[in-house]
Amino acid sequence: MFATAVIVFREVLEAALIIGIIAAATRSVAGRTRWLLAGLLVGLAGSALVAASTDAIAAMADGIGQELFNALVLGVAVLMLAWHNIWMSSHGKAMAAEATKVGQAIRDGQQERSILLVVVGLAVLREGSETVLFLYGISAAEGSGASSIVLGGLMGVLAGTSIGYAVYAGLLRVPLRWFFAATGMLVLLLAAGMASQAAHFLIQADLLTSLTAPLWDTSALLPMNSIPGMLLHGLVGYDPRPSGMQLVFYIITLAAIAMGMKLASRSLSPIAQKGKVS
Amino acid sequence: MTTIFSTAAVAGDNVYSLVIKDHRFQPSELTVPAGKKIKLSVENQDPTAEEFESHDLNREKVIAGNSTATIFVGPLAPGRYRFFGEFNEKTAQGVIVAQ
Repeated sequence: MFATAVIVFREVLEAALIIGIIAAATRSVAGRTRWLLAGLLVGLAGSALVAASTDAIAAMADGIGQELFNALVLGVAVLMLAWHNIWMSSHGKAMAAEATKVGQAIRDGQQERSILLVVVGLAVLREGSETVLFLYGISAAEGSGASSIVLGGLMGVLAGTSIGYAVYAGLLRVPLRWFFAATGMLVLLLAAGMASQAAHFLIQADLLTSLTAPLWDTSALLPMNSIPGMLLHGLVGYDPRPSGMQLVFYIITLAAIAMGMKLASRSLSPIAQKGKVS
Repeated sequence: MTTIFSTAAVAGDNVYSLVIKDHRFQPSELTVPAGKKIKLSVENQDPTAEEFESHDLNREKVIAGNSTATIFVGPLAPGRYRFFGEFNEKTAQGVIVAQ
């Protein structure tokens, strides 16, 4: 039961961190709860679907279908987060200025809100499909322990979501002045970490060279399977043994989104705002 | 471009096979040459899914029941690299020795 709890916790934690940060970053977006929930449901439904067809996905493309699928999902999520962050930096100031009337400030925010669905959906899809498959495997292997698996799984889900919620609640306490900077920075690091992981999958599939591997080794200092290691992995994409290519992806993503945010916030004028949302 | 995108072809003699059966890896110790890219072909003969995982190799891959997965590793520095099956960690243990 404990093993189930730990593994489910690990998968849930990553998705919960993403959802917690995104939920905090969009706290003033009207109707965001509905979009987040829709993303969660779509992700869960997709997970079940993926788990059911894992054989086919894994067998695709000469045994590297799983890596391609993961890299693709991560790539789409990075693009969505980049778009979200750049969009927010052109509207964040206006939103901070009149936080109570935010509904008006982003009245044309339909597009922005649907991004929530995609990002949350993809995060849940990736982690969820692994979780479903794992639970399926365990229950098939030891039919008698089904109740302990369910219990362990529930414990893992509970622990993972509470940490995600703690991140969300913690972010809400940040003063509004710093709020957009703080969540923007977190989403930025989240996206860069995802890009580096996408590179990792492409290297594992031998579609990309690693440049140097590993670039450094901090696995003795801060192992990946420790709680702080897991948290840092989920938050900023920490990898105890990264390859050079992963770092290149990380830095390029970080720089590209940061530059986009800077440009967007500089061009903050009524005309630019109108142009962005249409 | 060839330095960025790796050439997918790995010479035939650098393909190594692992079998998962009864939640164990066979062989549990695999010797490979150091300094070369290795293609691991992992066949899961159990009806249940397994996850090939190695912190030492920085690899992680779910392998569905009764199916075969491909994992590329290396080039490795000489040494011992532990790997395990995350879904059955007690029994599914193995090590790759690069020399």
